[in-house]
Formats: sequence, C-alpha cells, structure tokens
Amino acid sequence: MTAPNVNKPRMIYGAEAALQALDEAMAADPNVIVFGEDLADREGGGVMGATAGLSTKYGDLRVRSTPISEQAIIGAAVGAAIAGMRPVAEIMLMNFTTVPMDQIVNHAAKIRFMSGGQTSVPLTIRTMSGAGMGLGGQHSDMLEAWFAHVPGLKVVVPSNHADWTGLLASAIFDDDPVLVVEPTLLMRVKGVAAPPGHRVQLGKAAIARAGADVSVIGYGRPINDALAVAEKLAAEGISVEVVDLRTVAPYDKEAVLNSVAKTKRAVVVHEAVRNFGVGAEIAAHISEELFGQLKAPVRRVASRNTPVPFSPVLEKAFMWSAADIEAAIRSTLS
Amino acid sequence: MSNVLNQGGATDGPSHETLLEIYRRAALIRRCGARFLAVIMSGRIAAPYYSPRGQEILAAAMAVNLRPEDYAVTIYRGLHDHLAKGVPLKELWAEYAGKASGACKGKGGPMHITHPASGVVVTTGIVGSGIPIANGLALASQIRGDGRVTMTSFGDGATNIGAFHEALNLASLWKLPVIFLCQNNLYSEHTSFANGTACADIATRGVSYNMHSVAVNGNDPVAMWRAARDAVARARSGAGPTLIEAKTFRFEGHVLGDTGHYIPKEEYAAALARDPVPLLRARLIEDGIADEAAIAAMEQKIDADITEAQDFALAEPYPGLDELGRDVFAEEITP
Repeated sequence: MTAPNVNKPRMIYGAEAALQALDEAMAADPNVIVFGEDLADREGGGVMGATAGLSTKYGDLRVRSTPISEQAIIGAAVGAAIAGMRPVAEIMLMNFTTVPMDQIVNHAAKIRFMSGGQTSVPLTIRTMSGAGMGLGGQHSDMLEAWFAHVPGLKVVVPSNHADWTGLLASAIFDDDPVLVVEPTLLMRVKGVAAPPGHRVQLGKAAIARAGADVSVIGYGRPINDALAVAEKLAAEGISVEVVDLRTVAPYDKEAVLNSVAKTKRAVVVHEAVRNFGVGAEIAAHISEELFGQLKAPVRRVASRNTPVPFSPVLEKAFMWSAADIEAAIRSTLS
Repeated sequence: MSNVLNQGGATDGPSHETLLEIYRRAALIRRCGARFLAVIMSGRIAAPYYSPRGQEILAAAMAVNLRPEDYAVTIYRGLHDHLAKGVPLKELWAEYAGKASGACKGKGGPMHITHPASGVVVTTGIVGSGIPIANGLALASQIRGDGRVTMTSFGDGATNIGAFHEALNLASLWKLPVIFLCQNNLYSEHTSFANGTACADIATRGVSYNMHSVAVNGNDPVAMWRAARDAVARARSGAGPTLIEAKTFRFEGHVLGDTGHYIPKEEYAAALARDPVPLLRARLIEDGIADEAAIAAMEQKIDADITEAQDFALAEPYPGLDELGRDVFAEEITP
C-alpha cells in the first residue's frame, strides 16, 4: 500500500463534484433528502451519475426517483423545506424549470417574506444546461437571469469542479432557496476535486486571475475561456483580471466594483443570450457607480439572441467564444 | 376496485360535544366573515376578500378531526380553514388590516395567512399550487415518523390544474400521510362546474390514481365528519392519502364585488334554502344537544371576540419600513 501523493490533485468528473457535496451533506445531516427523475440506483443513479450510490447508502426514504412531474417535485421540495428538511430537488435540465416555475417563483422564493419570516424554504434545486452538445433549442438554454430577477432566490453557476462541490454544499446548508446551475458539458469532463468538506461562500466572487488593465467579469464556463485569453494577452503585456462571480444572485457587487475601480475597464461575459441578461445588470451597475472613472464603455460578451440551434455550424455561431472575449478586451483598450 | 366513491350504510357519527364544536367553529367563520365584509365595505380595511360563506361546515368538520400540529395548506378562499384550524382572531384581523402585529407582520395579507402554531403553514393565492406542497410536508412526516398528517384544501377548479394530477399520483405512489380536501362549490371563478369540468364527481379523479376517494355532502356535518375522520385515520396509520370531494356552495361569489350574475337564480335560492349553518343550529336545538339560550350565548361570545380582534387590528400600527428588507432572505438586505 502506498501513501497518497499529496501533491498530485485528485481528478474527478463534474458529476462526481456534485456527488461529493451530496454525499457529504447527507452524511452530515439527516434532514438532507434528495429526489428527482431517475436519481435512485435502481434507475441508474441519475442520468449523469451525480447521485450514484446515494439511495443504496442512505436508503429509499431519503433518496427517491420521482415520476416526470416537475411541479410535484418542486412542490414536494418546498413543502419538505417548510417542514424543516433540507431537500435537494433535481430538475434534470434547465429548460424543464419552466414547468415548475410557479412553485419556484411564487412559492419557494416568496414564502419567507409573505409569512413574515415564520416559515422558510431551505431548498436546493440542482439543474444543468449549456450549449455546445447538439441538444437543440429545449435542452441547452441558460435561463439564470429569470431566476436572478426574483427577490428571494439565490442562483449559483460554477466554472470549475472544486467550486461546484463547494457551492452545492453551501446551497444545501443555506436557509433560503438556491438554484444550482451545473454545466452539462463538464459532467463528463475531469477537473480538480475539492478537498473533503469544501464550502464556497454564497455571494462571494473569486479573483480567478489578478490583473491591472481590464476586468473580465462572468461566471460558469466562459470563465475558463477568459482565463485562456488572459494568459494569451499576458504575452502581449496586457494584464487581464478575471472575476468569477460564482454566485449570480445575489452577486458580489463589492468585488466587481473593486476590480473595475482598479482597472477602469470592464468586459462582462456569460453564456446566456445577451438581451436582458445578467450582463446587462452588471454593466448598468458598473456604469452607475464608476461612470466617471471608466476609460472605455463596459462591453458585453454573450451568446446570440436566438434559440439554441441544432446544426453544429449554427450552434458554434450562436455561442459566445474566446475570440469574442479577446475582441471585447481589445476594444476596451483601443 | 377497492376504492369507495360514496359512503353508504355508516351509522356512526360525531358525539354531541363534537357536533356542538363543529357548530361553534362554523358560527365563528360565518360571523367573522360577515364582519370582515362589513369592515372592508366601510373602508376601514382595504383588502381583497374571498368569502367562504356556505363552506363553513365542511371546514369545521374536517378540522375537529385534526391536531394543532397537523399541517394545513389552504388557498386564498381560506378564512374558514384558518379559523377552523385555530388561527387566533387578533393575528388574523391584524393581518387583514396590514398591521405589524398581523400573523405575517402585515407582509402577506389575507391570501397568505400563515400561523405555524395552529398548523397553518401555507396559504397560497395560486389555484392548485398548494396541493404539491402538501405532499412535501407529508413527506417530511413520513421520513421523520412524527405522526402528523397534512390536510390541503382547494376548490373544484384546482382539479383542472396539472399540479393536482401530478401531486395525486405522487402521493398515491409514495403513500403519503395527506388528505386532499376538494371543496366543490360548483363555481370556478365565474365558470360553472358543468361548463369547466368534464367529470361528474371529482372523486373519480382520485380513483384513477388508485387513491381512496370519497364524494360527500360537505354541508352535512355528520357525513363530512365521518369522511374526515376516516381520512385522518388512514393517513395517520400510514395507509396513505385520501381525496375527499366535499360538495358545497359559495354564497358570496368569487371575490368581493362579484355580483354572481352567472349563477341561475333558482340554483342560488335552492342552495340558500339549505344554508348549512342555520340548518345545523336548528338541528342542535331539535335534537336537544343545546338549547337556544346556550347557542345564543356562544354566538354572543364569538361576536365579542370578533369585536375585540377588530378593535385591536384597527388600532395597531402599520409595520415599520425596515420590514421591507427583512424576510426576503434569512439575512436582512438593503432593498
């Protein structure tokens, strides 16, 4: 038997990053329950394997496969949360969150307020999405702006595996409803695992790369493109700071303003379509607070304003790209 | 088919004390509702009002079978459920008035009355949406084994919402300790039951989910009490959910201001002739369960309590503006 190499990072799939948080939370707190379509081991432990082994380990009372009934799933999660459980409900794909929107928007988000704080909904909704896999118009949308617009909801979107585990763990133990948007494409991609018990504080951004000339602010997969572009531009002497919001709502205004106050230039990036997106909110806030200090207009990088197309050529043209980020950065410097 | 649509042959019923208690709660609902209506009409309270007049007996007969810790999930037309389950008059009135001492600090209003101490944990203003939430409360009880049952009430219109069907299927599948109380008042907003619902008995919808389902005259305190008792016993014993279709009638329209022009006059007159609250009152006297003087004294006490709650609510202060940033999240925010 050999001792584990402490210097070598443990590499896991994205689905395992979610599983790590779920497993640790279920072990730590009997109030944590998990349900959704196909989640139990009898049904394969989730379509991506993100719940594999949980029903065997924690039993059928706490881990359940449900019928394809999204209103019943989120409704049951809301009720269980009011009763003091910490349910983690899975809506397989983000487009399917349109089905239980009433439960999410009218109930999960508002029950604490409408009851004057007598009841609360410590609910986590896991879902996944993102374009680039040829899944077409109803399996790929990033709809986080809708949820971010609703007072009472928190929304997180991880860009890497360790944050994935840490954000999900924090969501489960948060006392308010949190929507965790997981990147479908990274489910079967390996990344560096988080250490046991890892938590990422909700509402706190990470400076993914420090820089001085321009701030790229975003969340989710485009952060990885921003980091690659920053590395490339560093060779030209352009110093790019990358701010990974991690939590979209409520987002870390202080981190954003601090970064842009330093660099005087901002590019906001997300993979959701541009119009009325989260980027518009962040760009507006930067302009309101730092207008006199900015050396260039705030730029936005996002996907095009169309449904997600199927054909790979069109899908690629629809999606944001590293080249878009690079062009936006250069435009703020010209 | 093991499910029963109509109960026949049962001869047992509530004790005299229980029947009197059903009347007390029904009278409280009737009188409190009438007072709300008068005070709102006078302009002293500005609030939407969805009258439960006509549906008092079924709510009372259901609630006397429940414990305070049993959960109740109801809807915007929920005054009868709230009072039957024990929400205190003062907190209820203050909430209708939007005052700081209201059940929800004035932040929910009549459509979102919440009072966990009496088990009223959700009141929703969205038709059909409380039904899946009730499953979640029942799921928590099933996992914990705490012996609680959850009762969710809704109208006939809610059974045409998809959430009703999803929730009944799940409750039956998981044998959840929940009671679905459909208060079929024959009108879904302004649309009659016949014109909006393609089945004769809503109870048949439960049968299709392999759920024990009964259709009863919700205005008959004995039949309703039996159906409620059996459903509570079934849920509490772990045998699963029940759908009760309680047939009733709504005397004051959908919402305050509704003239009821869409209800045929003969239908309304026939229903009014069988107004269940005075019928029960007369029966209590006729059967020697209580005399006129005792009932009148009970009603006077109810009226005095309502007056006290009304005076309290009107005199209380409105919430401070700092309440705006509270209860959005667990942590206070700057709104």
